[in-house]
Amino acid sequence: MNMQRSEMQGDPLVSVRNLRVSFRLDRHNVFDAVRGISFDIPRNATLALVGESGSGKSVTALAILGLLPPENAIVHQGSEVLYGGRNVAGLPQRELRKLRGADISMIFQEPMTSLNPVFTVGYQLEEVLRLHRGLAGKAARKRSIELLEEVGIPDASFKIDAFPSQMSGGQQQRVMIAMAIACEPKLLIADEPTTALDVTIQRQILELIAELQRRHQMSVLFITHDLAVVGEIADHVVVMRNGEIREQGTAKAIFEAPQDAYTKALLQCRPQLDRRPMRLPVIDDYMAAGHAGPKHMEERARGVNPDDAVILDVRNLSKSFWSREGLFGKREFKAVANVSFKLAKGKTLGLVGESGSGKTTVGLTLMRLHEATAGQALFEGKDILAMSEAEFMSYKRRIQIIFQNPYASLNPRFTVGQIVTEPMAIHGIGASTQERTELAFAMLDKVGLPEVSFYKYPHEFSGGQRQRIAIARCLTLKPDILICDESVSALDVSVQAQVLNLLADLQDEFRLSYIFISHDLAVVKYISDQVMVMNEGELVELADSDEIYRAPKQPYTQRLLSAIPRGWQAAAHAAGD
Amino acid sequence: MSSNAAAIPRAHRPQGPREIPQHVSPGLWTLAWRRLKSDRVGMVSLAIVIAFIVLMILSATGLIAADWSREVGVNYAPPTIAGPDVNSLGPGAATATGAEGPTEATTFKSTVVDPIGDVIAELKGETTAAGTAAGSGVVDPLADVMKDIQSSKGAGAAAPEETRLATLPFGGDKWGRDVLKKTIKGSETSIFVGIAAALVATLIGTVLGAVSGYYGRWVDDALNWFYNVFSSIPYLLLILAVAAVLQQKGTMTIILILGLTGWTGIFRLIRAEYMKHKGREYVQAADAIGASNARRMFTHIFPNVSHVVLVQLSILTVGFIKAEVILSFLGFGVPVDVVSWGSMLNEAQNELILGKWWQLVAATTAMALLVTAFSLFTDALRDALDPKLKGIAG
Repeated sequence: MNMQRSEMQGDPLVSVRNLRVSFRLDRHNVFDAVRGISFDIPRNATLALVGESGSGKSVTALAILGLLPPENAIVHQGSEVLYGGRNVAGLPQRELRKLRGADISMIFQEPMTSLNPVFTVGYQLEEVLRLHRGLAGKAARKRSIELLEEVGIPDASFKIDAFPSQMSGGQQQRVMIAMAIACEPKLLIADEPTTALDVTIQRQILELIAELQRRHQMSVLFITHDLAVVGEIADHVVVMRNGEIREQGTAKAIFEAPQDAYTKALLQCRPQLDRRPMRLPVIDDYMAAGHAGPKHMEERARGVNPDDAVILDVRNLSKSFWSREGLFGKREFKAVANVSFKLAKGKTLGLVGESGSGKTTVGLTLMRLHEATAGQALFEGKDILAMSEAEFMSYKRRIQIIFQNPYASLNPRFTVGQIVTEPMAIHGIGASTQERTELAFAMLDKVGLPEVSFYKYPHEFSGGQRQRIAIARCLTLKPDILICDESVSALDVSVQAQVLNLLADLQDEFRLSYIFISHDLAVVKYISDQVMVMNEGELVELADSDEIYRAPKQPYTQRLLSAIPRGWQAAAHAAGD
Repeated sequence: MSSNAAAIPRAHRPQGPREIPQHVSPGLWTLAWRRLKSDRVGMVSLAIVIAFIVLMILSATGLIAADWSREVGVNYAPPTIAGPDVNSLGPGAATATGAEGPTEATTFKSTVVDPIGDVIAELKGETTAAGTAAGSGVVDPLADVMKDIQSSKGAGAAAPEETRLATLPFGGDKWGRDVLKKTIKGSETSIFVGIAAALVATLIGTVLGAVSGYYGRWVDDALNWFYNVFSSIPYLLLILAVAAVLQQKGTMTIILILGLTGWTGIFRLIRAEYMKHKGREYVQAADAIGASNARRMFTHIFPNVSHVVLVQLSILTVGFIKAEVILSFLGFGVPVDVVSWGSMLNEAQNELILGKWWQLVAATTAMALLVTAFSLFTDALRDALDPKLKGIAG
């Protein structure tokens, strides 16, 4: 550790020493979120704080800013956040406010909720300048326009009077960054600033932050769960887990020679573009006692043969939404326009696109959760879109969907047993409650959940376990097609790997066909035989996954693929060029 | 929840070869109850509310206060704590200013002239309900006969010649009826009306709100139109109109009136909840597995909004207890022969001029205590069911 510190130039900007933060849950229980961590934020560099959910990385950032909720957060005695020779951890709020914005500023994950929707972006920018810089009137406005130009907002003198709702998500995040750098802070804390953004926008924002860091010679504390992003932007990396630091060092050291088992696992379990093992490595492969390292790392062949049986043939699928305009007028918005594809039995079709591309609408329309505007979907030769509700009922069983958010897709008032047996009761699978219960136990076992789960409620499970419950619910119906709508996007990378492995196992066992919808191109590459790229409701390109990633034909696909964060290796190559 | 197969009876655990671990997870209600138990104010108010309801049930089954209409005290008998002196205008005032202490229960001659009154008074001195009779040394040959006569007259219609108490614990009314018993009897009407009307209103509001919010479109338009018309008519006028249509006064009538007019607030709330929930992924997931509309509405969404319904039920009960009191006070409420806190207050209106404040105090205190306790309990209930409202993440 000492060796690593000595590599950092000069004295650090911020030193965190033995930081311990706890949260009061109720009268008796206290949760230790951060358990005595120490690290330095060097001057003029980017430090990445990496960890999965619950690792305490955001709490650490909030503690540096003094933004922890005072009613239930406890910063323990002996915790030090040294900035400019002072311990800011114990400062009164009045003193902290002077620091925040001027010396230390922060950008948050959700730009949509961080900007006040009833004020123009110009007003909100000028407010920062007025409070911290004493600028007012024309001077403030002029500086605001400069700032907007600096963060790359086109036509800034016009956009300054726009409301946040009139801007795209990427532009809103740029405005947030403009506000954060308005007073030329010495430290910029960025808490998952690109997680809510599309991959192309993410790239732009990352480049902007890197450029601003160099130009203003400030320090950036970059908080993220995504190691690929870290590899591109960070000089130093701190890996956290369960409130403790597992490893810290330079980005080079962490990526090229990780010492800690957890760091190694984290680096390995994310799907990579150039490899497709039979099973993704999971944390347990590295962390479990007497581990033997990951198994089944041989390549898995993906791709579709022309003579594969087709289970679902979608022809010219269209879905429009109408919004009222004026008294009688209607305006059509084409969410999906003329999309045709074939899904082969036992294969995976990946569906990628940016937000608003209509990929989720395709899934929901095939499930008939939306009414299709036009087109056919031939399921074994029968058009399921033209059927009556009663006719469709028997097909409903055979097409199932796993939603994005496992926290929202399970009824919180049902026990897992009720959740898993209900579909069987509706479709008359299993003769009696007893038989259905037995089937449910078998299914829970299949997705790797203990039997006792049957009696528990969803809130007692973690995100990955909940997604397993959702998968078990679908499997009870013995479906032929499983639509996965961003099903692993909300999960931590280590859990994501487990769920992806489960999906691959189930496909091998039951010859399931998947339509895998995701914005995460690396995940889609890993799981898919074919990939379909959508943009603004239209099909851009459809090809075998290996082919499309190796040689994309359409310009849009090329742009999309080049925006994927490629992690440390790619950045190192780029630096070498 | 219905008895469909989604709700697996815990008794139906499989008895297969495997050992299934026995485990019961705390559900929403268990967790809410745990949180409620740690809320001191909530528990005290719950105890008060339960005490009131127990009194009400005991009175309804005739175990206590069944003889509330017996005229056991003198007219306008003052409360024991104030002593008989207060009744300076009362007919018994002259004799009351005796050497006896103000807090002692005293037997009195009836004000009505009665030839054998004195004899009976002596007898009564030992046999009244006040219970001073035991161990009297006076030997009276006519005692047994008189006792028979007394008992044959029945408890309900008090004999004018009966000796009455000068003071009663909470005082007496115009006819000398015990205000304490009257208050207990009155609680029967007020609480029953409050709870029953709240149930009716909640049922109407919840069903209409669920249908409106879930189906949306023209169903929502139609129900909203109905709601708007309904809520644009002044409340009291509507009650008068419904009362005129129903053509009779009675406890059932007032429950119906309050129930039929009070559903609007909960309708809006439940409608909004259903609109919010029908777009949630778990409802879409239920659609995907083939659950019918009714199943989605009541098996899936309803348990998720039931805490709102419960809190609304509690709020409405408080409101309707007050509404019944107000209506009875105004004379639109329960008929005169049924005692309720409202009719007590109505009587107290005239008594107050004479300086007889105890009926007012008794009815008001009882109502205020119950309503305050109920409101505090409602707050505690809401906090327990939705701990995030308090700002402390659970």
